[in-house]
Amino acid sequence: MTKTTDKNVQNTSPIKQKGQWKSFLNYIVIGGILIFFLIFSMVGGMKSSTQYLLEKIAIAMILAVSLSMVVGFLGELSLGHAGFMCVGAYLGGKTAVLLVPALGNGLPTLLISLVVGGLSAAICGIIVGLPALRLRGDYLAIVTLAFGEIVKSIFMNSSSDSFGGALGLKTPRYDRNSLFIFSFVLVLLTLAVVQNVIRSRHGRAVTAIRDSEIAARATGISVTRYKLIVFAMSAFFAGIAGVLYSFSNQTVQSVKFGFNYSIEILVMVVLGGMGSINGSLIASALITFLNVRLATVLTGNLAVLQNLIYALVLIFIVIYKNAPSLSGLREKMRFQNLLHKNKKPKGSE
Amino acid sequence: MDFITTFINGLSLGGIYAMIALGYTMVYGIAKMLNFAHGDIIMVGGYTILVVLNLCGNPILATIAAIVLCVVLGVVVEKLAYKPLRGASNLAVLITAIGVSYLLQSLAQIIFGSASKMVNIANLGVLQVGSIKIQGYTLFTLICTIVVMIALTLFIRYTKLGKAMLAVSEDRGAAQLMGINANRIITITFIIGSALAAVAGLCTLMKAPSINSTFGAMPGIKAFTAAVIGGIGSIPGAMLGGILLGVVESISNKITVIAPYTDAIEFGILIVILLIRPTGILGKKRREKV
Repeated sequence: MTKTTDKNVQNTSPIKQKGQWKSFLNYIVIGGILIFFLIFSMVGGMKSSTQYLLEKIAIAMILAVSLSMVVGFLGELSLGHAGFMCVGAYLGGKTAVLLVPALGNGLPTLLISLVVGGLSAAICGIIVGLPALRLRGDYLAIVTLAFGEIVKSIFMNSSSDSFGGALGLKTPRYDRNSLFIFSFVLVLLTLAVVQNVIRSRHGRAVTAIRDSEIAARATGISVTRYKLIVFAMSAFFAGIAGVLYSFSNQTVQSVKFGFNYSIEILVMVVLGGMGSINGSLIASALITFLNVRLATVLTGNLAVLQNLIYALVLIFIVIYKNAPSLSGLREKMRFQNLLHKNKKPKGSE
Repeated sequence: MDFITTFINGLSLGGIYAMIALGYTMVYGIAKMLNFAHGDIIMVGGYTILVVLNLCGNPILATIAAIVLCVVLGVVVEKLAYKPLRGASNLAVLITAIGVSYLLQSLAQIIFGSASKMVNIANLGVLQVGSIKIQGYTLFTLICTIVVMIALTLFIRYTKLGKAMLAVSEDRGAAQLMGINANRIITITFIIGSALAAVAGLCTLMKAPSINSTFGAMPGIKAFTAAVIGGIGSIPGAMLGGILLGVVESISNKITVIAPYTDAIEFGILIVILLIRPTGILGKKRREKV
């Protein structure tokens, strides 16, 4: 086993060097966007609605990248990602509420809230994952779905002085001019952690589990442990996104974090292409942008059209990408093959 | 005596869950997929009843129309969305099913608007035995459930088709070698499941006569939970899980302290049961082989 890996590494080393800069492309692009908007906001040409949109995009990016770890790389379906976000938003938001009188509404408050929100979501991830991950695939989807509903119900029925009950928790306003910058820095951080984990030895173990759990187990990979680690990490980042949400929105209402929101995040991951971090980033930015723009165009009953389009796109993409009978068509339509017509097409998996 | 009323209400609610759960569990047992759109078939059935009732006012005709439309829809969804993915990964099928569920919900919202609509099907009165009051619809639901369960059990046990279904759920490959057309069996499973969903929609509407596009979502998720609690893939399991969940919900709703947390309690039961028995109460443990 080790010999083959070594051989593979030697064989692919020139390619690896050639593609080296590509693996940093997403950092560069996001960093570039960040600097662009930073200058833009310093000049003073930034509308607060644009800042709000940017915050939302950053939150969506973190959510999509973290869910992509579970769905794309671990190959398990989580339908309660919004639940983890909810835990982060409430607990992080509450921390901020408690800290503001002591520390003021600045970076320390935000950082501590982020840590508290992220860790509490991660703990929830472990609690939920522990029973579910020992089971076969489909059960995780059900248990995470149940978890999302439980979290919603608990925060909904909380007393008004603890978490605000059905009206929601009022969270402190954070300086709009810097929150979006901070959000994008967090996106970069998430990316750095997620990508490095995926490229590490642990990440290869995780993809091995996705491709064949039995084979992975046979080679001595502790399946449950790796699943749990990935699940907890994903929950951690969802929690962080939740804390950002609480700072960006100023109210946290548990109704928002229902099943539909979990599905929306899933749509981002699936549209971006499962197992592609960059795809998730692009899809999450695009969907969030469209959501905000379409909300102003499509009002009333037309607003539903948006959901209809999502649903259709989701179904078509999944069928196109996965149907065994369409593998010939997929091969023909491959991007690389279209570019280099005379190149011999690669065999399908 | 209040307790007995609560218990009977719970049994009838459990009957509704059991009927929906049967759809989930049969499809899982035979096609090996989680049909997330099943709850929305209930919603389609409910809206059909609403439309036909407004047209002719005959509840029996409305029910028949709902069953027919649900069956057609179930088969169409299976052919268009799930059949192309046979042999693809579980995840892909599951996500498609979620897409279909979303699609049906938004279609309903476009056609009927997002506001809830009232549906008055029939007033069945109240049955009073001593100090126990039982609503007519509760009794109707109970009778429906019992008839459906007995009919289904007999169908599976004694007809050729039923035995073929069992065979396919046991081992699809071997069943095909014995000359069973697996694709046809899967279609029949969807037909039965969708018809049951329509009946469940009728019973739900009689209990709470208002409908909107997410009408089937919560009963669907609950029934799904019930199917998993009972052991997904097992028909008696779905019945047991459904009744158990219905009784728990009914009792929990009566106790003021925990009433707001009823949903949380039900899903909590799911997690606890999966912890103790990873395949549900009556589920069979299957070893995965290479």
